[in-house]
Amino acid sequence: MEHTSLLERILRGAALTLVVIFFMFPIVWIFMMSFQTNETILRIPPQLVFEPTLANYTALITGKLMTAAGTLDIAFMRNLWNSVFLSVTSVAVSLLLGVPAAYAFARHKFRGSEDIAFTLLSFRFAPALLVLLPLTLYFQKLGLANTYVGLIWVYQLICLPLILWIVRGYFEDIPADIEYAYRIGGHSWFATFRKIALPLAGPGIAAAGLLAFIFAWNNFVFALVLASADKQPVTVGALAFITSSGIQYGQISAAIVLSITPTLALALYAQRYLVEGLSLGAVKG
Amino acid sequence: MSPSALTISGVDKFYGPIDRGVQAVKKLTIEIGKGEIVALLGSSGCGKTSTLRMIAGFEEVSRGTISVGGRQVHTLPPVKRNVAMAFEGYSLYPPLTVRENMAFALKAARLPKSEVEAKVASIAKLLEIEDILERHPSSISGGQQQRASLGRALIREADLHLLDEPMGQLEPQLRAVLRGRIKHFIKERGLTAILVTHDQTEANALADRIAVMEGGVLQQFDTPDRIKERPANLFTGTFVGEPPMNVFEAYVGSAAGKINLRLPDGLSLDYDKDAFSAPVRDQLLSRERVVIGIRPYAVRRSKEGVPARVSANQWLGDQTHIAADFAGGSLVLVEHDRTRLDLGAPINVSIDPKNLHVFDQASGEAISHGMELA
Repeated sequence: MEHTSLLERILRGAALTLVVIFFMFPIVWIFMMSFQTNETILRIPPQLVFEPTLANYTALITGKLMTAAGTLDIAFMRNLWNSVFLSVTSVAVSLLLGVPAAYAFARHKFRGSEDIAFTLLSFRFAPALLVLLPLTLYFQKLGLANTYVGLIWVYQLICLPLILWIVRGYFEDIPADIEYAYRIGGHSWFATFRKIALPLAGPGIAAAGLLAFIFAWNNFVFALVLASADKQPVTVGALAFITSSGIQYGQISAAIVLSITPTLALALYAQRYLVEGLSLGAVKG
Repeated sequence: MSPSALTISGVDKFYGPIDRGVQAVKKLTIEIGKGEIVALLGSSGCGKTSTLRMIAGFEEVSRGTISVGGRQVHTLPPVKRNVAMAFEGYSLYPPLTVRENMAFALKAARLPKSEVEAKVASIAKLLEIEDILERHPSSISGGQQQRASLGRALIREADLHLLDEPMGQLEPQLRAVLRGRIKHFIKERGLTAILVTHDQTEANALADRIAVMEGGVLQQFDTPDRIKERPANLFTGTFVGEPPMNVFEAYVGSAAGKINLRLPDGLSLDYDKDAFSAPVRDQLLSRERVVIGIRPYAVRRSKEGVPARVSANQWLGDQTHIAADFAGGSLVLVEHDRTRLDLGAPINVSIDPKNLHVFDQASGEAISHGMELA
């Protein structure tokens, strides 16, 4: 860095600023809209200066939506809780199943192991809508439609392949001899998996878990079809803001702000952890 | 002989399906006594590391059996074999310090903490890594990591210590010092060690016996002296020894009480029939063609002898290596004084029949070494 000229630094700064503005603008705009009423939002021309109001947030948290046509009940907080519950549980189940599987695929080459791993990955190729129709019929027969169990099960389609393939790569990067060194010292393979492989792949597992969480959180179509109001996550719940008396832009914005907060916080927190994990690296020395 | 510490019998190793995959080790049979240090010596891909990893349990044995201390282990997981190993790639555990890396090898033995401390301290002193005990593997040099990895293997009390290229990364001076210390350490404790190396100096210095391998086949398993003086075949003869043995094909002839070994370019080594012992003479005369081998330090310059022409002359500080064009090939001789010979200078060389190694032309098996049959 010390060899860059002043001009270079200025240009780099300008370029970075442009990129940040470009990507942050919608989020900033939404953030600002969340503190405005529908009238100020729809004013032409739009204005940067406004009188902030917390009415949108109050409406979401109390569940009472005041519209021109009267008061509507909305289940936003319920949706938010559903999102948290579904995403966290799905990722947890995926980690529980996917991490040992990833280890097996990375360390043991057995007949058909590549085929099985690829089949699992191919779940992500299929368009969700293609899977949904038969799945809905089955779920209704099995009594899994509109249950948390059913939804978490379907969410495995999103989380499991992701975790499996990312974590497998991390396991493969650990030299097998490190594990052998531990095993020959009188430890079982399971102890080796727990004490050596898991901690060394830790950053990778965290990254995969985080990514899977974001994908699960953002999922829309599975929940739209398979869940009714009381099991719906925020992505589907936001549809409630399109009311008979117009679209509630202010509440939608507030809802978006509330729903991206957990993922954003998680990402910021995990980022610090990930960097720490990576600097540990240098396994080979 | 002391009880056997390791018995490998009829072991084959295939990578891929048996009989169809790549065969890394062929019909290996070796017996190592308790307290012995054995070196597996060979070039890359000769099967020495595969052998070591089969003993440790990281590779499956395709055929045959391996016993440690009279107990068949080749189907057991590594944890149940009671062997310790130093890895070529060090394989230190990155999140732990050097001290913890060595101590965790002892964890399974459940020793009291003070004893672990004492052991780590003594091994660290032996390997001169006391000053880096609190550092992490990523912050120390390759040589230091290698010593830490060696320490982690030596600290354990195992039936067998497997050392894969244990000193490859060390500086020459340190290597020489450590060789002596490690040998003393192993001998003092009566440990049995198997060392994989491609460095014959290391094998000679450390090992009681050397197993020379090539192409997955054990070529010779003997003491360093005997391997040097009585190589079992052409491969061992040319592989062991620095500079390597000079080798020439020769036609055997006899006339007027002399045996002639006729070399290419019309040259001939002529010896009195009586210069050979009777059995060696008979063996020689029963063949038409042989391969003869002469160690570079056994070649003498003399006034009368077979002519050669100097092609290189190197003074190494304590000896001179002279290469000469000879019999359609190159002959290397070693002298202990500094020799002034210009390139292209004619010299005459003579070879004492006592220093002649004779090999079968077709199979490469040794026929005789000097006056004795192989």
